[in-house]
Amino acid sequence: MAVGVRVLEHNAMVYRRTWHGSVLSSLLSPILFLAAMGIGLGGYVNRNGGAGALGGVPYIAFLAPGLLAAQAMQTAAFDTTYPIMGRIVWDKLYDAMLATPLTVRDLLVGELEWVVTRLTLVCGAFLVVMAAFGAVRSPLAILALPVAVLTGVAFAAPIMAFSATQKRDSNFNVLFRFGITPLFLLSGTFFPLDRLPAAIQPVAYLTPLYHGVALARELTLGSVDPAAAVAHVVVLLAFAAGGIALAGVALRRRLVV
Amino acid sequence: MAVPHAARDAVPFEADRVPPLIEARGLVKRFGTFTAVDSVDFEVAPGEAFGFLGPNGAGKTSTMRMIGCVSPLTDGYLRVLGLDPSTDGPRIRARLGVVPQADSLDMELTVRENLQIYGRYFDLSRREALRRAGELLEFVQLSERANDEVEPLSGGMKRRLVIARALINEPDLLLLDEPTTGLDPQARHLLWDRLYRLKQRGVTLVLTTHYMDEAEQLCDRLVVMDKAKIVAAGSPRELIERYSSREVAELRFAPGVQASLDGQLDGLADRVEWLPDRVLLYADDGEAAATAVHARGLRPESVLVRRSSLEDVFLRLTGRSLVD
Repeated sequence: MAVGVRVLEHNAMVYRRTWHGSVLSSLLSPILFLAAMGIGLGGYVNRNGGAGALGGVPYIAFLAPGLLAAQAMQTAAFDTTYPIMGRIVWDKLYDAMLATPLTVRDLLVGELEWVVTRLTLVCGAFLVVMAAFGAVRSPLAILALPVAVLTGVAFAAPIMAFSATQKRDSNFNVLFRFGITPLFLLSGTFFPLDRLPAAIQPVAYLTPLYHGVALARELTLGSVDPAAAVAHVVVLLAFAAGGIALAGVALRRRLVV
Repeated sequence: MAVPHAARDAVPFEADRVPPLIEARGLVKRFGTFTAVDSVDFEVAPGEAFGFLGPNGAGKTSTMRMIGCVSPLTDGYLRVLGLDPSTDGPRIRARLGVVPQADSLDMELTVRENLQIYGRYFDLSRREALRRAGELLEFVQLSERANDEVEPLSGGMKRRLVIARALINEPDLLLLDEPTTGLDPQARHLLWDRLYRLKQRGVTLVLTTHYMDEAEQLCDRLVVMDKAKIVAAGSPRELIERYSSREVAELRFAPGVQASLDGQLDGLADRVEWLPDRVLLYADDGEAAATAVHARGLRPESVLVRRSSLEDVFLRLTGRSLVD
């Protein structure tokens, strides 16, 4: 039996009871954001010479891939905070799973397989909405899907490691307020990074979201710099791999005592 | 319900012929500097109902978790189903049923789905998992709740569902950690009845409890644990014979009187135990002991003569009452 598939199946069984709401919000969220900020705010940006500063593309085409990557980050963060800690602390579901032939490796891999599944659905829906808004300008945009999924995993794995060390949910508020939200706003999602104060710019380069945003944008705009693209992928893979290693250690420490 | 494996090849226990299902020698579990289990030895034979009896913190759960292959041993020798937990964990767990202290049910799934997905963890086909889920819900009398959420179930129903879940893989060995703690008497008796039926089918039961009546009801053999060690072992009957007497007379005196009785009860019983609120006389004939008390001119407010129980054994062994 492949590693983690039973844990993946567990998530799918739970999802079967809640998918309606989740699908609706996966579609509604990009529609609202692209309509309000892409068309509404974008109209002002374009009329006031913003398109020039953005390399000649309309604001919505600049914004949409940034939001795609940010959506991946947020989905990953939500799915690996409360649900993971809840299964350790609240429901003790992982204890029940580990009493069967399943191992910690199955838990880790299976939960990540589920995160990848969720990201594929959410980001796929996002790309479809983007295309409907005319915000996709190159066939390379199809590659923005795996890039967005990888961006999500680059967050999911280290956050899972963090969640596995938590005894209650109070620190998740801190994570969202001082981690996820600033990244969402300041990683080149809404405006080019060179608008940030010079002192902050290097910080942004160190976070996975910047790389996800930059690469997704190059792909949907069709202007890929191969060397830069490789660098972006390497950073994202490093966060994912490092996070997986940490999550394995944290889960084992917490559950096998 | 399908017949568990153990029933098919159940044979009467003979130490030199049938290998034990569980064999522990010098088993140790430490958490940092705290020793939860301090070098314990025990064996469990196929088809047996074996109990760990002791107060909270005695090391029962830690021992169970090591047997369940979810907690590595710090030291010692342990074989479960003839296999080594440190290398064969998943293979052993495939043949165990576990009823943990906390229910650990999936609140996001229905009653039936809880069983189905658990069957899948044991690699049952979807069809087989569904079939066994139906049978087990029947067995624990939860069929009418099959499609309900888990949350609104009563404590006793949740406990029964956890037992059904532990049986989904038709285990050779069922581990129950305080199966009836927190349940009302009715729920408890229903649960005992189900466990008794499993035992009759040949399923080997290993359980922890801090209830004396539970140990007496369910266990063929048990060990008494206190402060990380085994302090006595035997059948309930043997333990009572060895560490107690056939009967006990419980005497309650008016407030203040008990303290002034100094020496006046000497020689009336095999052993006299002074508790804060009453005096226990251990004797083969409790009625005779009580009569002798009256013959000495003492007038207790109440006299209760009862059969001796494991509670008395525990008191004798540790000097403390079991449930405080």
